[in-house]
Amino acid sequence: MSGKIADTQCRGCVQNLPDYRVDVVFIDRAGKRIPAKGKIGESVLYLAHRYGIELEGACESSLACSTCHVYVSPEFFDQLPEPDEREDDMLDMAPLLQENSRLGCQIILTKELNGAEFILPKITRNFYVDGHVPKPH
Amino acid sequence: MSPRCSWLYRLPGRALLGGIRTLPTTRCPGLHRSLTSSAHPPQICIVGSGPAGFYTAQHLLRHHTQAVVDIYEKLPVPFGLVRFGVAPDHPEVKNVINTFTQTAHSERCTFLGNVTVGRDVTIEELQTAYHAVVLSYGAEDKRLLGIPGENLPGVYSARDFVGWYNGLPDNRHLSPDFSAETAVILGQGNVALDIARILLSPIDLLKKTDITQTALDALSNSRIRKVWLVGRRGPLQVAFTIKELREMIILPGTRPANNPSDYQNLGDFIKDLPRPRKRLTELLVKAALEKPGEKEALRRSQSDREWGLRFLRSPVAVLPSEDGKKAAGIRLSVTRLEGNGENAVAVPTGETEDIPCGLILSSIGYKSVPISSSVPFLHKNGIIPNSMGRVQDAPGLYCSGWVKRGPTGVIATTMTDSFDTAQSLLEDIKSGALNYSENRLGASAIRELLLLRGIQPVSFSDWEKIDAVEAARGAEVGKPREKILDPEEMLQLVCR
Repeated sequence: MSGKIADTQCRGCVQNLPDYRVDVVFIDRAGKRIPAKGKIGESVLYLAHRYGIELEGACESSLACSTCHVYVSPEFFDQLPEPDEREDDMLDMAPLLQENSRLGCQIILTKELNGAEFILPKITRNFYVDGHVPKPH
Repeated sequence: MSPRCSWLYRLPGRALLGGIRTLPTTRCPGLHRSLTSSAHPPQICIVGSGPAGFYTAQHLLRHHTQAVVDIYEKLPVPFGLVRFGVAPDHPEVKNVINTFTQTAHSERCTFLGNVTVGRDVTIEELQTAYHAVVLSYGAEDKRLLGIPGENLPGVYSARDFVGWYNGLPDNRHLSPDFSAETAVILGQGNVALDIARILLSPIDLLKKTDITQTALDALSNSRIRKVWLVGRRGPLQVAFTIKELREMIILPGTRPANNPSDYQNLGDFIKDLPRPRKRLTELLVKAALEKPGEKEALRRSQSDREWGLRFLRSPVAVLPSEDGKKAAGIRLSVTRLEGNGENAVAVPTGETEDIPCGLILSSIGYKSVPISSSVPFLHKNGIIPNSMGRVQDAPGLYCSGWVKRGPTGVIATTMTDSFDTAQSLLEDIKSGALNYSENRLGASAIRELLLLRGIQPVSFSDWEKIDAVEAARGAEVGKPREKILDPEEMLQLVCR
């Protein structure tokens, strides 16, 4: 595997990666970093589910809820295509909305997202203190 | 009743009743569970199977490897407001049922439908059978207007009306009166917009949804052409969200009819509003003030139904028809705002306005009710007093969802809130604050009580039979499902 590349300095070396791989990092609600190997064309929500990360997708990517709300590391946020009006409408209902908020189901992985971080909002006071370990993949 | 009722198969071996214990144990997930898990798993039960109940269960099951989580539901069918509250033309919101179904399929989770806690089994009995009880029973009552004429025919609560078109058994005989041209909805939240949409939608759109056939028939003959949504306060205080407003603005066959003057002076305020309120207000202003494009103008001119928001009006009385037998209008007190923003207060000016209408729907909110005198309840706020979901002064008792925080918010809000309660419970298990060293019998103890009381619990696989029948009936008429309205019919389906 391509090793530790979750770093912005690798932005320039994206072309050296196998073209179906996108290495990203999830930061869960306890602040733990979980590296994940995504596929080009895959949504962030789907990737999170493959890694057992607790990002809900209540409406199953149909833009009818905001349960897959994530923050995108700022340098990558700006590279994402503008959100659809319907996505913005749903984000308006997301708890802890920020400038870099997006819906995980609407972020489609591209080579350019190699190194991106997706941060799950700390929606609750006492989340994830029990040491739940996501399934390895 | 045949002794081969499917529900009997789910009785654990402990229920030592003639004939039943000879049933094959392979069909008895409860027994399998108790033999394979380690000593005394925490036994937890949840009262209510709506989003709060299912999300609480999901978090508990995921984060505790042994906990047994049973879900009690008073109706024979699960999912609460996802089935009975979410509008029929919002099927994508109902996708969450798939996640809930996965939870229900966990071998550590048992669904017991058709059991009314507080009547068929008491909270105290649940507390004896389980280490912890989570109250997630929602807000089943409605707030009253408290005005003269409220009980006249033609006046309905939004709660009952929504229950009627969504097939809630209690509301199946509502038979609302659609003979007038004008309907007034008191309230400006998402429920009010759902109702406006259902009242004005072209019937061909509704036909493809899971709205009940009864409602479809009645709406096909409806003469309602105008719907006014009335709020005590102004456009900056509306409670609905932008998605629902956008849908209303573009609803086929309808045109918005709003007073431009309500929106003309908002410009200065808009720029400083938080993003959600800002985008919502911009859309309101655009819909009311912006000249529509040619295509939209044509669409509006060809539409024969209209709707609009009426601000700074508070209901004073329902005006009866000449014979006094039904509603013929509503008297509104004209108000003005004191203060700004979300906290602005509507104060009567002394003026009134009458709107003639034959249908009045009060959509001013839901209300939780106490489930037992042994559970603390704040009547003023309509919630169970709690700290992070731990019921005040009641160890072992928890709450989540609307009964915990009040009847507001979308599914993401209830999800967050339910995970929080589950997390408090897990912390208490870990810290020892919730002692589960003593074995509790869980569902098997409650099943014995129910059997003695002649109550037939409905299992999740029973629900799946009902679900299959509803889906098949729907398929015949091109709908995702045709809901069964009579609980007796549901019970007969699972007990042949």
